[in-house]
Amino acid sequence: MILTLAFRNLFHDRVRLAVTLIGILFSIVLVAVQLGLYLGSSRMITSNIDNARGELWITAFGAKSFEDGGLLLHSAERHQALAAAGVAEVIPLVVSFAEWRRPNGGSTRVVVVGTDPEDGGLVPWSLTDGTWLDVKSPDGIAVDKSYLAELDVKGIGDTAQVAHGRVRIKALTEGVRSFTQAPYAYMPISRARHLLGAPGDATSFYLVKLQPGADVESVRRDLKSRFESAEVLTAEEFRDRSLNTWLFQTGAGVALIGGALLGLLVGTVIVAQTLYSSTKDHLAEFATLRALGSSSGYIHKVILGQAGLSAVIGYVLGMIIALAVVYASRGTPLPMVMTPWLAAALFAVTIFMCAISALSAIFKVTKIDPAMVFSK
Amino acid sequence: MKREPVLEAVDIVKELGSGAAKVQALKGVSMALRPSELTLLMGPSGSGKTTLLSILGCILKPTSGDVRVVGESTIGMSAEQLATVRRAHIGFIFQSYNLFPTLSAIENVRIALDVRGQSGFKAAARAEEVLRDVGLGHRLRYHPGNMSGGEQQRVAVARAIAASPSVVLADEPTAALDTENGHAVMALLARIAKEQARSVLVVTHDPRTLPYADRVVRIEDGRIVGEERRPEGLDAPEITDLAKRRKAHA
Repeated sequence: MILTLAFRNLFHDRVRLAVTLIGILFSIVLVAVQLGLYLGSSRMITSNIDNARGELWITAFGAKSFEDGGLLLHSAERHQALAAAGVAEVIPLVVSFAEWRRPNGGSTRVVVVGTDPEDGGLVPWSLTDGTWLDVKSPDGIAVDKSYLAELDVKGIGDTAQVAHGRVRIKALTEGVRSFTQAPYAYMPISRARHLLGAPGDATSFYLVKLQPGADVESVRRDLKSRFESAEVLTAEEFRDRSLNTWLFQTGAGVALIGGALLGLLVGTVIVAQTLYSSTKDHLAEFATLRALGSSSGYIHKVILGQAGLSAVIGYVLGMIIALAVVYASRGTPLPMVMTPWLAAALFAVTIFMCAISALSAIFKVTKIDPAMVFSK
Repeated sequence: MKREPVLEAVDIVKELGSGAAKVQALKGVSMALRPSELTLLMGPSGSGKTTLLSILGCILKPTSGDVRVVGESTIGMSAEQLATVRRAHIGFIFQSYNLFPTLSAIENVRIALDVRGQSGFKAAARAEEVLRDVGLGHRLRYHPGNMSGGEQQRVAVARAIAASPSVVLADEPTAALDTENGHAVMALLARIAKEQARSVLVVTHDPRTLPYADRVVRIEDGRIVGEERRPEGLDAPEITDLAKRRKAHA
């Protein structure tokens, strides 16, 4: 009967129900969009780190992110690392911003990523047109389809000037986007060094693969003791550092999270107001329940039932809109991401928001005087 | 043989308001309600009838004195403990019915069972049974807005007796009803008192209720000023003239 009464109270006033649901819906969509963008941004920022196969990263001291490695490491560090117990492979990566000259004039920035996938380090993923063998052919590179217009090229076979050399698009990826909006240009490591005018052993990062059974922490300690101007980070630490740099030091993440919190706040206030006014309208009924001998817990459950039902209906409607926004954002430079985990978290947040909103109404009925049932 | 009271007020004093506005609504009231007895509590407006009903129903706490429910003192009980006492022993009927407008007749009765922890098919069957008992078998799914005042009050009666309380307290149950419905509701309450061995207290100033009383308690200015009891074997309507007869005999 608690849910029946909660349901009837809720649907008794359709206008108020609509206001409640709009409040929750607005809140859910806003939070979903903000967190979806945050998640999408996070994925873009860490996609190269997540797709690299190595337990440890050797970076130049103070490297802030994948794009910020510089070309400060050399073969000496590689040899030192290979000498450490437990290290199986040390794979170089070259990553650097470079100028892309558009064929029809003007220029834009790209992130040159030099890698040799045969080493088993960073293997370009989501190659939809062409293969890595095509990229290895003279001047070959791979870029993402979504940036073709930005790069002023039409597709495979088109050429452009990057830094000190000419490149030809030989393969295309799909969905490999860059948070900095400077497209990733994947190519063999030697070509990357050539384009960037870097020495033959200049390297941004070394990916360290461990021997089976080796302890990550002890290998890391050993490696750290060997380098003076390089850092040794776990993949997780490097991810966190990259996220921190791009999302929090730039303020982008704070803005996204702030927007999500604002959405929650607005939703909570709207739901709290409507639940409070609904409770006030049904005060005589709650007093009757109290006079009939109901515990205060029973009445609280009715109010929480109203809040819970509002949350479920509002969540379903909000998620339908949020998923439509996710779908619409697929082809944009900053696509939203919705995962089962985020959907579950949003549901929990909605329930929590509505439960918090119910507090003012609960305080109101806590003070209820059952003697009011005798007022004529 | 005199039966033990199920509800007893002992020297109840109730002060309302504070400071200069403080008034003593009840000034040392004692009364007892026994099973199978329909008692009328009559008195003019402001005499303390409803205050006494609220205290007997464990809704208001007395300033001093004690209310004993089936022999148990309620002194010092918290609001939650008093609610437990109400759940276990007391059924209420209100002047304005106080039904839930969004619930059907059967749901209004079921909710009274639900607050007592009785739910499911058994509760639904019990709710239907009491509604049929008060003559509303054909109105089970009707909402209060689609029922007459008399029918609504009968739903309220069904709700009050559904959980088989020892005492039913009714506040002006006929005040909003026409003569026919007023008699029907009082007949129902009298039957509940007799057939189900419950104690029924009706607060009223409606003289139409007198024929149904086993006992009439009169209250004025916060004090019990008189009590008349229908002698054994006296037909119900005759109690209306009880006071006159006693004067005549005297």
